[in-house]
Amino acid sequence: MALEQTIYRELKATAGVWQAAALLGAFLVAAGGAWFYMEHHGHAVTGMNNQIVWGLPHVFAIFLIVAASGALNVASIASVFGNKHYKPMGRFSSLLAITLLVGGLAIVVLDLGRADRLIVAMTSYNFKSIFAWNILLYNGFIAIVAVYLVLQMMRRLDYKWVKLAGLIAFLWRLALTTGTGSIFGWLVARPGYDAAIMAPLFVMMSFAFGLAVFILVLLTLLRLNDRPIGDELLMRMGRLLGIFAAAVLYFTAVQYLTASYAAEHRDMVRFILVEGGIYTLLFWGVQVVLGGLVPMALVFLNPSRSSTLLASILVVIGGFAQVYVIVIGGQAFPLQIFPGYEVIEGFHEGIVNPYTPSIWELMLGLGGVALALFAAGLGAKILRVLPTNLSDANLAAKG
Amino acid sequence: MTNRAEMTRRDILKSGAAASTVTLGPGVTLMAFGGTPAEASSRADAGKRWGLLIDASKCSADCSDCVTACKVENGWGQDMEHGHIDPEQAPEWIRKVTLRDKETGREVSAPVMCQHCEDPPCVDVCPTGASMKRIDGIVQVDKHICIGCRYCMMACPFKARSFVHEAVTDQSVNAPRGKGTVESCNLCAPRIDSGRIPACVEACEKAGHSAILFGDLKDPDSPISKALRDYDTVALRSDLELNAGVRYTNL
Repeated sequence: MALEQTIYRELKATAGVWQAAALLGAFLVAAGGAWFYMEHHGHAVTGMNNQIVWGLPHVFAIFLIVAASGALNVASIASVFGNKHYKPMGRFSSLLAITLLVGGLAIVVLDLGRADRLIVAMTSYNFKSIFAWNILLYNGFIAIVAVYLVLQMMRRLDYKWVKLAGLIAFLWRLALTTGTGSIFGWLVARPGYDAAIMAPLFVMMSFAFGLAVFILVLLTLLRLNDRPIGDELLMRMGRLLGIFAAAVLYFTAVQYLTASYAAEHRDMVRFILVEGGIYTLLFWGVQVVLGGLVPMALVFLNPSRSSTLLASILVVIGGFAQVYVIVIGGQAFPLQIFPGYEVIEGFHEGIVNPYTPSIWELMLGLGGVALALFAAGLGAKILRVLPTNLSDANLAAKG
Repeated sequence: MTNRAEMTRRDILKSGAAASTVTLGPGVTLMAFGGTPAEASSRADAGKRWGLLIDASKCSADCSDCVTACKVENGWGQDMEHGHIDPEQAPEWIRKVTLRDKETGREVSAPVMCQHCEDPPCVDVCPTGASMKRIDGIVQVDKHICIGCRYCMMACPFKARSFVHEAVTDQSVNAPRGKGTVESCNLCAPRIDSGRIPACVEACEKAGHSAILFGDLKDPDSPISKALRDYDTVALRSDLELNAGVRYTNL
């Protein structure tokens, strides 16, 4: 094995670090207030209702949970697939994976009608529920990745243990994202869901969103401490991001092509792709073009440091739109309870369900993001997870 | 999970004999519920499966007595009437729909409530087991362990469930409700347990329509089983093969 030359050091508390922490702290306080307001008044103060039962908080939560498992990819690429270029970033990749998941879960928990009964969710299990399985998958992920992180930080440890932990974490994260996708894939009632492709689609989404978030957070923290990162490394990650973005587009294409082949799902496909207003705009404009095609063009046609940065930002925005279309669009499209009939009178029967998110939901969702980022920064401040030098010359010297 | 609910109920029943009401002072009333142990053990009979047969040809488009009766029995619907909650956030245990056949133009009207599936998707997806099916086929929410995640509402093909979006007042003693939990038609389980028929069925009879037939689907000699043998009936979303306990005829 080549000599280990990567030096990891805690983040220095510069003025920039303090400013970032204060900004995130403000979002956390706002989210706390929003949660208290929602908890006190009930969900009546939100835009969610009996038709759109999961709203903006769930979009944030699912994005973060999906991105969490993807953020671990950088570590997996190093220890499972043996790529040396990614190895120095493995520790921070593991840390970020945990904090993104915690941020996402915090939103889900705080949005519960009875958040005070969280203990019930831990003690009373229905093992037929994919939701209950996910509780185990999420907690297991945090525990396994934490062990993986510790092993990576033990310098004198035989590397085979890191590899083993990395492999277990990698397999676990595949199971986790499969579980997250199956929350939707196993809903037989709704034409927008009820599809096996939801699981692999979510896995692919996690690859793209996770890498994009990782690049952005890493660049921000390195910049705050004036630590270098090489153009070659960034372009390498950009190319990988482009491949992931292409794969997401591929799975999305298969998802809608398959659905449009079934007569019963054609109305749903037409809704999302043609007539869905905001959902159609988000799908084509933001998810496909801004979040898919443009990042691919950037990293493949004009590879550069700034292309990778811009592509990462666009993949995050496109990914958020994609989750919004899946979660909200899937509920906005009406349930087909009476096939063959036109509903003259009823209760929101056969019509597109409207949804306008409230400021409280936005604050709660942003609070989850802030929590994930704050925890990642705090982790980098107290643990030796961030390399001091990620310049191409330094990486090359390691061999 | 069924056993859990039964145990809870029995524990309560053990504590008191028959239902009693004690007035402690002006405006302060203490109420206790219960029955004899014999009555308790006779409840939620595994040998029965309760169901409804709704004859759409007997249902009148301009009558909503079933909905009103359900509101009174179970203490919901005041929220919207008080006018301070979004109609889309208001509870809807039972609703009337009027449909027009796209091919023939024929119009029919019928109530829609929880369909009390034999394989309820809401029960499958519930992480805590709060969404449960009693041994007599009634599907309902155990309010003690519902955490308010609303996954059951995502899973229900019939929009039968509502989330309690704000604190509730004027609750009915028949159906405790709570902010932050999910609720739905429980086929008036407390009435069934004391040998009565669901409130909607009773109201429909009183209105002179008798469009809703209630009975035991497992008993081959019950009027509902005979009617199901004699008439062409459908279950909503029968393609999902959930074997609904609520059936429709002349729809």
